[in-house]
Amino acid sequence: MFKGVDFWPHNRVFPIMDVRRYFVLASVALFLGSVAMLSTQGLNFGIDFKGGSLFEVQAKAQSGGAAGVIDISELRSKLSGLGLGDIQIQELDQPSDALIRIEQQAPQGDESTERAQQNAATKVREALGGEINIRRTEVVGPAVSGELKWAGITAVMFAVFGILFYIWFRFEWQFAIAAILALVHDITITLGVFCVLGLDFGLSEVAALLTLAGYSINDTVVVFDRIRENLRRYKKMALEKLMNQSINETMSRTVVTSVTTLIAVGSIYVFGTEVIKGFAFAMIFGILIGTWSSIFVASPFLMWIGVKRDWSGLAKSEKDIVMARP
Amino acid sequence: MLHFSRTKIIFVALVCLWGVVAALPNFLSEATLKDIWPGFLPNKQLSLGLDLKGGAHLLVQMDSEELRKDWLKSLRGDVRKQLIDAKIRYKGLGQVGDVVRVKLVNEAKTEEGLTRLRLIRQPLGNTLVGGSGYDVDVRRGSDGFLEVAPTSAGMQQRISNASSAAIEVIRRRIDALGNVEPSIVRQGLDRILVQVPGFDDTEKLKELIGQTARLTFHSVHDNVTAAEARESLIPLSYVIHPDAEDPNYEHLLKEPPIVYGEDLVDAQPGFDQDTNEPIISFRFNQKAARIFAEFSSKNVGRPFAIVLDNGDVEVKNSDGTVAKNPDGTVKKKRDVVVLSAPVIREPILGGSGQISGNFSVEEANKLAVQVRSGALPTTLTIVEERTVGPSLGADSVEGGRLAAMVGGFGVAAFMLFAYGFFGLFALLAVIVNLVLIVGTMSAIGSTLTLPGIAGLILTIGMAVDANVLIYERIREEMRNGKQPISAIDGGFSRAFATIIDSNLTTLIAGIVMFWLGSGPIRGFAVTLSLGIFATVFTAFLVTRLLVSLWVARQKTRKIPAPL
Repeated sequence: MFKGVDFWPHNRVFPIMDVRRYFVLASVALFLGSVAMLSTQGLNFGIDFKGGSLFEVQAKAQSGGAAGVIDISELRSKLSGLGLGDIQIQELDQPSDALIRIEQQAPQGDESTERAQQNAATKVREALGGEINIRRTEVVGPAVSGELKWAGITAVMFAVFGILFYIWFRFEWQFAIAAILALVHDITITLGVFCVLGLDFGLSEVAALLTLAGYSINDTVVVFDRIRENLRRYKKMALEKLMNQSINETMSRTVVTSVTTLIAVGSIYVFGTEVIKGFAFAMIFGILIGTWSSIFVASPFLMWIGVKRDWSGLAKSEKDIVMARP
Repeated sequence: MLHFSRTKIIFVALVCLWGVVAALPNFLSEATLKDIWPGFLPNKQLSLGLDLKGGAHLLVQMDSEELRKDWLKSLRGDVRKQLIDAKIRYKGLGQVGDVVRVKLVNEAKTEEGLTRLRLIRQPLGNTLVGGSGYDVDVRRGSDGFLEVAPTSAGMQQRISNASSAAIEVIRRRIDALGNVEPSIVRQGLDRILVQVPGFDDTEKLKELIGQTARLTFHSVHDNVTAAEARESLIPLSYVIHPDAEDPNYEHLLKEPPIVYGEDLVDAQPGFDQDTNEPIISFRFNQKAARIFAEFSSKNVGRPFAIVLDNGDVEVKNSDGTVAKNPDGTVKKKRDVVVLSAPVIREPILGGSGQISGNFSVEEANKLAVQVRSGALPTTLTIVEERTVGPSLGADSVEGGRLAAMVGGFGVAAFMLFAYGFFGLFALLAVIVNLVLIVGTMSAIGSTLTLPGIAGLILTIGMAVDANVLIYERIREEMRNGKQPISAIDGGFSRAFATIIDSNLTTLIAGIVMFWLGSGPIRGFAVTLSLGIFATVFTAFLVTRLLVSLWVARQKTRKIPAPL
């Protein structure tokens, strides 16, 4: 029977806790860099949060049946005459496809801002003419974009606090604080990457952040679970050594799960349509940074916060449970 | 940990079987489902979201400010009318903020005045909302003023009624397109979500929804025609509107209207019993019936006018193209026409009446529809618009399918590489997992969106985590010198708490997304959360059952190392 390839060097114990200073330093640098980028440049909000309109367009197939090719500069000259302010035109993977973004329009005369967005969209549709298919439009007015932004912020907050309370309930407050620090680290750095690359940040990216929050905490919890278990087993072992051992024991699992999840998300990124690419990208990056933080960052945090060493009361009841199992 | 009772095995088998049966209709054709698939089995298919099927999504907002202003305006009229009817003299009828105020000349009549004004208020329909009460508050104000003010519950009820009316109007207008199945639902207090699958011409939809047609009933000036008024002077509080049939003919009408179209509860085309000519019969609500009864009894033999205000419409050139202003914007004008100016033959007392006016059967039909559906209670503003063309939807489905295949095979290959034969168990568990998710989603009638597909693919990657935790633990136990059987046992029991903890944290994120998200994001939250339940089920029952069956099949007492 094929038992699989256990490729992990289990005999080797990586001295992660010994050099934790450098990992944490790297993380802190990334974190501060992200915060700086976010506060100076800011996120490139998509129209979900900023308002405005978006058109995914495709050149119609040529008479021979070959796929059309979209002429970006012609498109630009067609649209720039409309007086709609900043117009971004982005090429997509296919030469026939492009993405047009129109910023939120200021109302003219006595029309409402909502109406101004609609009028701008109508103008773009007319200007594009018959040679170009509009495959997707999104027009979001200021009222909805404001609400979506608020809902996005609330969602991330609720998720973070929900997770905080769960870990507090299941572990001890020290674990909860360390896990949340690691989570904030992951989310901030992922946002920082979006900021540096100037990627659109919209609703699906918020969904990715929340999923990522779940995933990253999941990873951290597995390590913390092991730390707690070892705290009960080795009552006299130095905390630093105990944590290092826990991280090493769980590292093969952390790596395998990251690989399978990356395979899944990577295939979404490669084969998915434009609509879902931002989501997949946020997830890919988030998984990498989440894996990093649960191995190299979360435990040092926990080390500094300190943990309760006397788990005897709990250990006893835990033992009872194990004994009671058939 | 490895022992399974017979009932437990049957339970696991039944759940898996149910998943397969519930998920299967998605892979069958419509015809097979109808003819061959047994009727007692679940037969629901996953419905595709707008982002996969293509279609239009419009979120429209009602103008509650306009509703409020209209209401206050009509309240002022009501106050005036009540006091005149009761022969109570008043002065200083006006409006301060959201309160209509009036001062009586003779302060001794205050009580009588209040009693009269209380006739205006209507009991609230839904007492659950704001307790028992009225839509307006009639009270004694400061400085000897009497005040009539809408209550907040009354305002809510008004918005709510207006939105039900607007939904009906929009539905009728979109139904006129034929062959579409729109979903039109209220969202929040003052918004309406219009979704039309398979139809992505939003300009057409917006045109339909944007028609702010408003119907009003006016009295017509007795002895001055519009043409005469144009030559000399338009009398105070009169306006001129053209006739719908003959744009050159105009009517001189009194403002404000007698009754508004919102007060019509029904309008049907029919035939006059005596003359057999096409007519439209209509019915007012109670309040309008009272007003119209009084008006019509005083005005027998005189005409009144039914006016349709279409709001701002595009101006067409003579060749049918849309006219433009010099600055390139679409030229618009206010379009108000007199649909009909019938003569009142007899007092209309019962609140229902008929409009006759030399129209053909088709005209009567059209007018009845316009009267019924023509009047949106308020201006609607489109605050969000999303459309996906059918070709993009199909591309998304295709991309999703490809990503699922590649992702699935990638994960499968990796699991087989890392865990060999036991990796196969993990794959079976993931397949059961997916079948359960799809089956449950079909059964509860949830919609599959593009983020939902992403959630499914993500679940493939994350669901194997439970198996990874168990298998790594088994290997660890064996490295620590345990015998295979006790290593397996220990692996399952020790991994249990970890799996629960790690999945519950993801579930928290899923629940938050479902709660605060909308549309496609909700679809993602549903697949993610279902995936978590399915993962826990498959890891603890399916994988464990498979492993225990494998252990039972080993001939030797000492089983070989599995991992």
